Amino acid sequence: MDEPPASRPDPDLLLRRLHAEEERLRRGNLKVFFGCAPGVGKTYAMLENARRLRANGVDVVIGCVETHGRAETAALCEGLEHMPMRVVLYRGAKLLELDLEGVLARKPRVLLLDELAHTNAPGTRHKKRWQDVLDLLDAGIEVHTTLNVQHIESLNDVVAQVTSVRVRETVPDRMLDRADEIELVDLPPEALLARLQEGKVYLPTEATRAAQSFFKRGNLLALRELALRRTADRVDADMQAYREAHAIDATWPAGERILVCVGPSPSSARLVRAARRMAAGLRAPWVAASVDAMGVAPMTRADRERLDANLSLAESLGGEVVRLAGKSVSEALFDYARRHNVTRLIVGKPTHAPLRDRLRGSLLDDLVRHSGEIDVHVISGDAGPRARAPERTAARRAVPWRALASATGLVAAATAFGHVGRDFWSPVDIVMIYLLVITVVAVGLGRGASLLAAALSVGCYDFFFVPPFYTFAVSDARHILTFVVMFVVSVVIGTLTLRVRRQEGAARTREERTAGLYALTRDLATAADDASVARVIARHAATAFNTATVVLEAAPRPGDPLHVLAERGSVPLESPEQAVARWVLEHGRPAGSGTDTLPGARLRCLPLGTGAEPLGVLGLAAPDAQAAPAPERDFVEAFLRQASLALERAHLADEAKAAALQARTEQLRSSLLSAVSHDLRTPLAVITGAATALRDDAAAIRSAERVELVDTICVEAHRLERLVGNILDMTRLESGTLQVKREWVPVDELVGAALTRLEAELQNRPVTTDLPDELPMLSVDPVLFEQLLVNVLDNAARYTPAASSIDLRARTENGAVVLEVADRGPGLPPGAENKIFEKFVRGPGNTERGAGLGLAICRAIAESHGGRIEAENREGGGATFRIRMPEIELGPNEASARAEASREAQP
Amino acid sequence: MKLEGKSVLVVEDEPEMRRFLRAALGSHGLEIVEAATLGEATRRVTSRRFDLVLLDLGLPDGDGLALAAELRGFTGVPIIVLSARRREDDKVQALDAGADDYLTKPFGMNELLARMRVALRHAERAAREPEPAVEHFGPLSLDRARRRVEVSGREIRLTPTEYRMLNLLADHAGRVLTHRQIAQGVWGDSRTVEAHHVRVHMALLRKKLEASPARPRLLLTEPGVGYRLCEPDLET
Repeated sequence: MDEPPASRPDPDLLLRRLHAEEERLRRGNLKVFFGCAPGVGKTYAMLENARRLRANGVDVVIGCVETHGRAETAALCEGLEHMPMRVVLYRGAKLLELDLEGVLARKPRVLLLDELAHTNAPGTRHKKRWQDVLDLLDAGIEVHTTLNVQHIESLNDVVAQVTSVRVRETVPDRMLDRADEIELVDLPPEALLARLQEGKVYLPTEATRAAQSFFKRGNLLALRELALRRTADRVDADMQAYREAHAIDATWPAGERILVCVGPSPSSARLVRAARRMAAGLRAPWVAASVDAMGVAPMTRADRERLDANLSLAESLGGEVVRLAGKSVSEALFDYARRHNVTRLIVGKPTHAPLRDRLRGSLLDDLVRHSGEIDVHVISGDAGPRARAPERTAARRAVPWRALASATGLVAAATAFGHVGRDFWSPVDIVMIYLLVITVVAVGLGRGASLLAAALSVGCYDFFFVPPFYTFAVSDARHILTFVVMFVVSVVIGTLTLRVRRQEGAARTREERTAGLYALTRDLATAADDASVARVIARHAATAFNTATVVLEAAPRPGDPLHVLAERGSVPLESPEQAVARWVLEHGRPAGSGTDTLPGARLRCLPLGTGAEPLGVLGLAAPDAQAAPAPERDFVEAFLRQASLALERAHLADEAKAAALQARTEQLRSSLLSAVSHDLRTPLAVITGAATALRDDAAAIRSAERVELVDTICVEAHRLERLVGNILDMTRLESGTLQVKREWVPVDELVGAALTRLEAELQNRPVTTDLPDELPMLSVDPVLFEQLLVNVLDNAARYTPAASSIDLRARTENGAVVLEVADRGPGLPPGAENKIFEKFVRGPGNTERGAGLGLAICRAIAESHGGRIEAENREGGGATFRIRMPEIELGPNEASARAEASREAQP
Repeated sequence: MKLEGKSVLVVEDEPEMRRFLRAALGSHGLEIVEAATLGEATRRVTSRRFDLVLLDLGLPDGDGLALAAELRGFTGVPIIVLSARRREDDKVQALDAGADDYLTKPFGMNELLARMRVALRHAERAAREPEPAVEHFGPLSLDRARRRVEVSGREIRLTPTEYRMLNLLADHAGRVLTHRQIAQGVWGDSRTVEAHHVRVHMALLRKKLEASPARPRLLLTEPGVGYRLCEPDLET
């Protein structure tokens, strides 16, 4: 972020501009017709422009245009397509709102949308129209809109000062910055006033008076100046961009950087706006900082919420937001400022009594004294009654009747105690007793009770123990001092206790949060895949935010309900909630309950993921009542950051795994192809040759040759079939899609089926089988296991002399069923015992061609059943293939089937 | 079993396959009617009678099994499924849906002809009652009237379940019966009787009837599908 002191274009800056350029191409353009007041003709200008576009064949559609009954404007609307408006019922009134979904579905090239500052009726997607516009731009729709200068957020205060009319509908400055084109619609105040008198300017009836006081020449002049200046700023910025783009060597920004100190006070919002204005003027980056200093009383919940609101404002105005902590406010601020080359510091004017500064030292003095080369701007806090109001409401709490009654009781007891023994004790002792009571009350019952206790103690002491007794009159002036001391002690102790309690509470919350984050990080570290990460996130979010939670990810097909990765508690997931989650996935910003977007949903959705496109959505069920306060912003951010990182990591791991699998499959495919292309071509060549010979030379071929040719075709076709079958089997086994369907099968059935299938190959060959009756049934996939046996037997048949014997034996051994296929062939070359089970390995002396897959398939099948296959040379010549399958105990069902069968067999 | 003059409906979408079947079957004097789609096949079977249907499963407008089920609704015409689907589940599904036999592509012409003969004879046998007094399957003879089973002239004693099973297989000699069909035919219950019950009894029956149970000649296993009692006709 640091501005380099360069005199040539900064590469980062160029890159950023390139990105912005790309972004712009993808997104829709925003054109703003900008004016200083209602009635200058913004809508008119927009419509005129639209008609020109229309005449050029551009697809222009009116989303929403307020004609305010003006005939000229209405006439301009004719001939342009209108999007139908959506009717929203609100408190019995029918409100017409933009049909955002309809526009997104219609997807015009250009959409006209009057009044950018408009506030939508409740029940629409967004609170504000400018948010609708962002969605439209994201969807690639060009938007033309109108805006008055008083609606700009950062000018809000200035306008209020000038016109004494506070505008509530504001548009963040970044919308104007985001605009690709700003067209200023200007009209001198005199002309505007003339139009007003002619009745050509629309004024809402209920606001006529306010509006009339607004339309004063002075006001209009000021507003016009603001609008012109704002436009000039913009032109200047464009000029700057042009200079940067073309490396025109001239004055470069001096690297200004502004830091504004923000607190929970409502006046801080003013500081933020001022900072934004100054930053815009200097074209400098700016940072809003809040400081947690030691020794300062921790904030109440209401304070924290207001601070969050102020920081959000800063963010929405384009500032960076930081939270600083340090020994003192000034030290934390300057430490940050020096490290980040801040040149200007903006702070508010103190609003408290000067006495406090005398007692505690003034922050302002401190800042100015330590500022060094940094300019300190002090800006007045807006201390109007409106600003104070929230504090008062926050302060109004339930009266602790119980504590007050206890305090009264304790004072009464102390009085009674003192009264009984007043002949023995001096008045000083009695004062001590009262002080004890006050201290106890202050520590145990709070500040209110301690004040009451102090007042009552003073009263009782005066009434009972200060002469003249039983009156409130005081004869000796020195007693006044006693009263004052008692009172001050109670206040000091009460205040201290309160502060300690708050700090303790804050410390406890902080500790809980830290512990929660730590636990989250720890659990996330052990979660490996998407689903388990999501489960951890859902569980911890449920604890941390004390509500039901859900983690969603995009559905594989658009339009389907989002896929629930993990859920904790029951979360509403009706169509409004789905819409919120989908919006968050698309836009990467929080939405739903408690936000400005789709607040009607019963779910608050937060994006998960560090990139621009979220990987998932964390949904927090909105509590039924608004009783549960919103969790603090920094905690939510920290939580989301952790969760997002973990999810991203898991996602990358999944992707890597998928890529690795893909690569393996690819590799297998390519090696398969290279290995088998020759083997596939040879039989095909033979078949083609023989068949064409039969067709083309039918007359010349003798009958013996004909038989020879036809036989060749059959043999080669058979070989081709077996080859293709092997390749398919191997691919199925390797791709991991194969399912082993285990059934209980007698060994002799498997052997019988395999021998039947190899009838032709085993012709004229002595095959002996030795299958004991007591062999257990095997739990195997009958089809696969038969294939295994067929391959082993076929292998034996092909590598041994035609008339040599093949012996098949089965036995149980150490809890395993062992099947042996032994031949009397040439045996295995030394060292090849394992190699022959690898893919594309063929034995020596093989006269037949094959892809070398048969035994590899055997091994894959045996291993998929938890078994093993091995080969060794047989004693006395030949090879033995041994298949070892773990014996699995019969289930009760299978055992009963056997028992039943043998029972029946008894005569 | 003579094939001449029998009418066969060939439901097959591959023109090359149709051409081959037309040439090969036509040379045996069979009358061939072709259908390339499920819809065409449905029109053909409702408009006239066939002696046999050769059915491909993967048709452009649907699965051939739908036609098999539909045909079983009104006729007992033998259906032989010809399919490139190698998976045993597909075979079981086809047989359970009412197909008489299942041949995996590629197949030899002699095998197809043998299966067709078996299917045609079954259809005929079902049409004309009663059964011949004593049936012969290679060395095995089955005298149902006297409930007597002999192998090479030696009487074999069977348990009631074994006998029922042999009866069922003999009724459908030459055809594959799925585990489910056997369970249904022997126990009258295809849901709770599992494949391994059938297997256990089949193993015992084999030990009694086969000269070498590990190299069966009569009771053949179709792995993953079911069993078939071998008919001499099929071996030729």
